[in-house]
Amino acid sequence: MFGPNLFTNYGEAVSVILFVIGFSNLLLQKNLIKKIIGLNIMDTAVYLFLAEKGYIRDRVAPIVVDGIQEVEAYINPVPSGLVLTGIVVSVSVTAIMLSLTIRLYRRYHTLDLDEISMLLKKEGR
Amino acid sequence: MDFIQNFPFFSIILSMFSGIVSSVLPVKAARRLNTFLIVAVGVMSGILLVYLTGTGEPFVYWMGHFPAPWGNEIRAGVLEAGMALFFCLIMFLSMLGGRRQLAEEVAENKQNLYYILVDLLLSSLLALVYTNDLFTAYVFVEINTISACGLIMVREIGRTFEAAIRYMIMSLLGSGLFLVSLCMLYDLTGHLLMSNIKESVAALAARGEYTVPLMTTIGLLCAGLAIKSALFPFHSWLPDAYGYSTVSSAAMLSSLVSKGYIFLLIKIFYRVIGFEIIAQSKIINVLFIFGLLGMIFGSTSAIQENDIRRMIAFSSVAQIGYIYMGFGLGTEAGMTASIFHMLSHAATKSLLFVAAVGLTDASKGRREFVELTGSAYRNKMAGIAFTVGSLSMVGMPMFSGFVSKLLFAEASIGHAHKMLPAVLVLALSTILNAIYFMKTVIRIYVPDYRSDCRTITIKKQKAYAFTLVCFILLNVALGMLSKPLEGWIHSGLAMFG
Repeated sequence: MFGPNLFTNYGEAVSVILFVIGFSNLLLQKNLIKKIIGLNIMDTAVYLFLAEKGYIRDRVAPIVVDGIQEVEAYINPVPSGLVLTGIVVSVSVTAIMLSLTIRLYRRYHTLDLDEISMLLKKEGR
Repeated sequence: MDFIQNFPFFSIILSMFSGIVSSVLPVKAARRLNTFLIVAVGVMSGILLVYLTGTGEPFVYWMGHFPAPWGNEIRAGVLEAGMALFFCLIMFLSMLGGRRQLAEEVAENKQNLYYILVDLLLSSLLALVYTNDLFTAYVFVEINTISACGLIMVREIGRTFEAAIRYMIMSLLGSGLFLVSLCMLYDLTGHLLMSNIKESVAALAARGEYTVPLMTTIGLLCAGLAIKSALFPFHSWLPDAYGYSTVSSAAMLSSLVSKGYIFLLIKIFYRVIGFEIIAQSKIINVLFIFGLLGMIFGSTSAIQENDIRRMIAFSSVAQIGYIYMGFGLGTEAGMTASIFHMLSHAATKSLLFVAAVGLTDASKGRREFVELTGSAYRNKMAGIAFTVGSLSMVGMPMFSGFVSKLLFAEASIGHAHKMLPAVLVLALSTILNAIYFMKTVIRIYVPDYRSDCRTITIKKQKAYAFTLVCFILLNVALGMLSKPLEGWIHSGLAMFG
């Protein structure tokens, strides 16, 4: 079932495992802060995947400084660009999640999402 | 290149800049800018639609003057232009219909934030409609999520905060799956532009290489967008988000935000993966089953609901199920029915939300069914509009809902395995729809002249009545002009490939 590819691409395997860990934390944790940590693990796992895919050993970023113009000397810069864009997106969604968490905590003095739902039902609105 | 080909880019960038400028404008100016923006984008999309119908072929617009494998692209055909026009129309009417509630429910100093969010929502929807690049689509999916979250929580009560965070969590799960699958797709094909990916995927499929990774990737992609568009069982956030946010937000969330993701999914089916590969895969069977389940469970939850806004919200779950059932059929006719149902549901659901708020206003703001007794007499226009919306949802001929149900039934007839379940569930779901919508219509028309509730006449709320009339006309138009619309969808899908 597992070919030799699994051992060559162990970085990708690790990133997928991390993705699943982050995903299940975001889905299953009750505590909002832990959910946000899960979100960040999930997003970072994707960046690890992209970095693993984008880097080739002994090659450098495609910035020509010493006149070498062969394609074989450089890596594809697009995955790194994707990582940067992804980081920006994940920072903004993390910020919005954290600010929502603060609002909920000030109002209900708990970080437990189920407990907040219970309190809301008690409020009856 | 004709000047008109700049219009998709203009509409996206104009809405982004309006959002930015609105942050320093006073509320009134921000509102005017927002209205102007929606009208301007609508007019541009209309001109583009006429232009594209004339030329008969789609065009590709280079962003930043780099050719295909390197640059970013916008691609427009008749379906995209028509969808943009339709989104603008619904957004305009939703904003107009909810203007008074917005002034009451949102704090004075937060109101221009609302217009920023609506501008950003429009720009992200337009970008999702027009873009030809998967990563751009991801970025705008996130912008869409953030602005939708803002639209929910702008009415600052506990329920909306909880709904917003639940919405955020579900959406982020969806976009996480979308992101990882698009990275895997990039890894498999080496491209981010949709047309290039399609060539590579076709080559991979022809050689029979990487079948399992490819199918996994496509599956994750579909799962991500299905979670984001609230397919059953990922709908837990939906009733609170639609039920407690201010009415313009509820109308726009149900009729625009989820439709944006579904439109992206259709684009991915046709332009990234290729419809044949999707139609042969097992993935659509999964979508089909969840669509059927959603049709039943959405309706049964709606029947049990005691709050009119939440009932309409649960009905959305059922309608999203219809759309995914159409995808699950895996035929061109099924896709056409789904796209028509997107339009019909968007027009009807925003009508129902706007009409329901008129009924609750005439009942001291209470939303339980007992309190709504006789409210159609106290607010006649809202009563008529709600009845029209309900009849359309149930599938009365002349209204849009009938046509979409007919198209779904026609698409499923003759399908080898899926005909029986599709037709049976369609019939069952129609009956369930009829139960809860007719129950409400009867309830609001039971005479109960309470003196303690205020009566709202059309003269008092001219803009509101105008909105409802426009919504009703739109609904009837969708129901009566189904043939030309079908033709438009067919030619649009032909331009998609």
